[in-house]
Amino acid sequence: MTTPSTTAKHPSGDNRFKLLDRAITKHQSRGDALIEVLHAAQGIFGYLENDLLVYVARKLKLPMSRVYGVATFYHFFNMKPMGTHTFVLCTGTACYVKGAALIQKAVEHECKCKFGETTPDGNVSLVSARCVGSCGLAPVAVLDNQVAGKLNPESAVTRIKEWQKQPEEVAA
Amino acid sequence: MTLEELREVADNERARHEKFKHRILYCAAAGCVSSGSVAVRDTLKATLKENGLENEVEVLGTGCMGLCGEGPLVKVFSDETLYQHVDETVARRIVEEHLCQGKKVQENLVDVSDPFFSAQQKIVLQNCGRINAESIDEYIAVGGYEALAKAVTEMQAPDVVEEIRKSGLRGRGGAGYPTGLKWGIVRKVKSDQKYVVCNADEGDPGAFMDRSVLEGDPHRILEGMAIAGYAIGANQGFIYIRAEYPLAIDRLKLAIKQAERMGLLGNRIFESQFNFRIDLRIGAGAFVCGEETALIRSIEGKRGRPRPRPPYPAERGLWGMPTLINNVETYANIAPILANGSAWFAGIGTPKSTGTKVFALAGEIKNTGLIEVPMGIPLRKIIFDIGGGTTEGTEFKAAQTGGPSGGCIPKEHLDLPVDYESLATVGSIMGSGGLIVMNSTSKMVDVAKYFMDFCVDESCGKCIPCRVGTVHIHTLLEKISRGEGTADDLALLEELCVMVKETSLCGLGQSAPNPVLSTLRFFRHEYEELLKAREGFVPSGNGHEPVGSDAQGIR
Repeated sequence: MTTPSTTAKHPSGDNRFKLLDRAITKHQSRGDALIEVLHAAQGIFGYLENDLLVYVARKLKLPMSRVYGVATFYHFFNMKPMGTHTFVLCTGTACYVKGAALIQKAVEHECKCKFGETTPDGNVSLVSARCVGSCGLAPVAVLDNQVAGKLNPESAVTRIKEWQKQPEEVAA
Repeated sequence: MTLEELREVADNERARHEKFKHRILYCAAAGCVSSGSVAVRDTLKATLKENGLENEVEVLGTGCMGLCGEGPLVKVFSDETLYQHVDETVARRIVEEHLCQGKKVQENLVDVSDPFFSAQQKIVLQNCGRINAESIDEYIAVGGYEALAKAVTEMQAPDVVEEIRKSGLRGRGGAGYPTGLKWGIVRKVKSDQKYVVCNADEGDPGAFMDRSVLEGDPHRILEGMAIAGYAIGANQGFIYIRAEYPLAIDRLKLAIKQAERMGLLGNRIFESQFNFRIDLRIGAGAFVCGEETALIRSIEGKRGRPRPRPPYPAERGLWGMPTLINNVETYANIAPILANGSAWFAGIGTPKSTGTKVFALAGEIKNTGLIEVPMGIPLRKIIFDIGGGTTEGTEFKAAQTGGPSGGCIPKEHLDLPVDYESLATVGSIMGSGGLIVMNSTSKMVDVAKYFMDFCVDESCGKCIPCRVGTVHIHTLLEKISRGEGTADDLALLEELCVMVKETSLCGLGQSAPNPVLSTLRFFRHEYEELLKAREGFVPSGNGHEPVGSDAQGIR
């Protein structure tokens, strides 16, 4: 076995690790840049699986417990793959007052899964956010990174139905 | 960069503005972008081109214009006309009718003499919605970085601290600690390395003031931090910002790059001995990281868990070094104070709470959006004059300030002046500035349960009162809201609240019971109505005649 140099390819042959290495080098492999590196890793891979955390721990010369601890502490990091589409419902106070709970119920009923889960077909992930800061437009949801304001249960379900339709249309 | 060069940049920029016959500003803050302001921009540009006006009219995106619920907003700058609900058709009409024929589009006109605009006093939001947030030249053209130049070239560091102290400015993150005092403490600590940190981890649900300032006027924060760095003797600053604010992050990154290129950040600022750099640190979604010791841990790349104070961060903060931590809005006040003098600032607001406060109005209120008012203004004026009252056909019930750490203020206290002390007397806090109006459809037990659910989720788990106490409070609230609670449960609930408040390690736990305590104080009858009817139990009343509970007891 040869000792891996910084330019060596990851054994899996996955080129995405190159991107991650670049992000790590940008922070001079400093341990205190762990959160920044995890942000980069999630941006590249979509979610943080255990192997990836081990990789980050080795690169930053940190104990695995520390990396795992940080990754699980913060809500922003996902340990499971996300669906093709994400529906982030804001549950901030303004949205709560304006009836976000009704939207939550309607959407959960439509997707047949709870918030924090992904539909079995891997199409839609339901996520709840504490506040997305667009309180003037409450109730708000972020649909695939697009903020949608002044929703009601019907319009929210319609948007999800559009997502569920799309794959069939493509197939047809 | 010298002061003369800075003024030259300002002159050039102003001359560039004068070349245009009109300037059309569209709101490019997150709220209006999500209601479609980007399409409006494209239509404006295309229509201008069709009419051959593209060289006479400038179209630019600004920060929040305030009236977020009525977006997208467009302002024609030559005559300060503000339009609301602008879609592509209206955008076309603005160009064709207003600009070409001089006829305003009446249907979408916003009445700027409305109290929503006239009762406000803007210091922090002075530039928001008026300048292009992505251009450093525009910031300089409105007098930006002059205060930094004045501090660095004309003033000694202790004088800067003294000026801030005299202004009476208090921390805008919520607790209201005198800013000048804090700066003085950090300045006096002897150390080779000090840090300036900006807390932009705006976690309170319902608050978006800091986001709007960062998106609309990012250079103001950089300037405030640099002045702080000069005053306390630090050469490195960090802005800790939520990952949930991608637009604000992009604008800050751009602003830092622009300031560095002009030599307004970096080495030998204004050709003095003062060096200052600013780096961004992105949070990852933990409410507790708004607490200063947790925030420090998070910047260090660790789990955001608070530690006991003292030692305060002023003595031992980031990597064990003296660290100054202030909120976004606090830094936004620094440059105007230095530019206009502390006496000017101290003359605004009340003697003990000087200056202005930015509030994010939301909930069941007509005018939702961002406002800035002088301290000491009655709550009634904010809600009924500026906010236009509650939404059509509903009655005001309570105003919630301070998010999960604050309380609900009932209509009996509507005439309360809004300042740090007055809000504390009714069991609420100033908080960072989220103000949510509730009407009769909101059930207060559910509101309390909502906030407690938040705290259960966000408790970091380090200390037991917060980790276990919040869960028990939540369970009790669930039980009561299901109608299964007893008078004993209510007594236990109160006892638990006091215990969690008094024994938790950090601000999160210490303030977590506030929403429960304040709703118990003002809306106790709502709790009692839900208690299991039991013989011999007499509701306390609390000034309100309980409806239903008595009758059920007799039956």
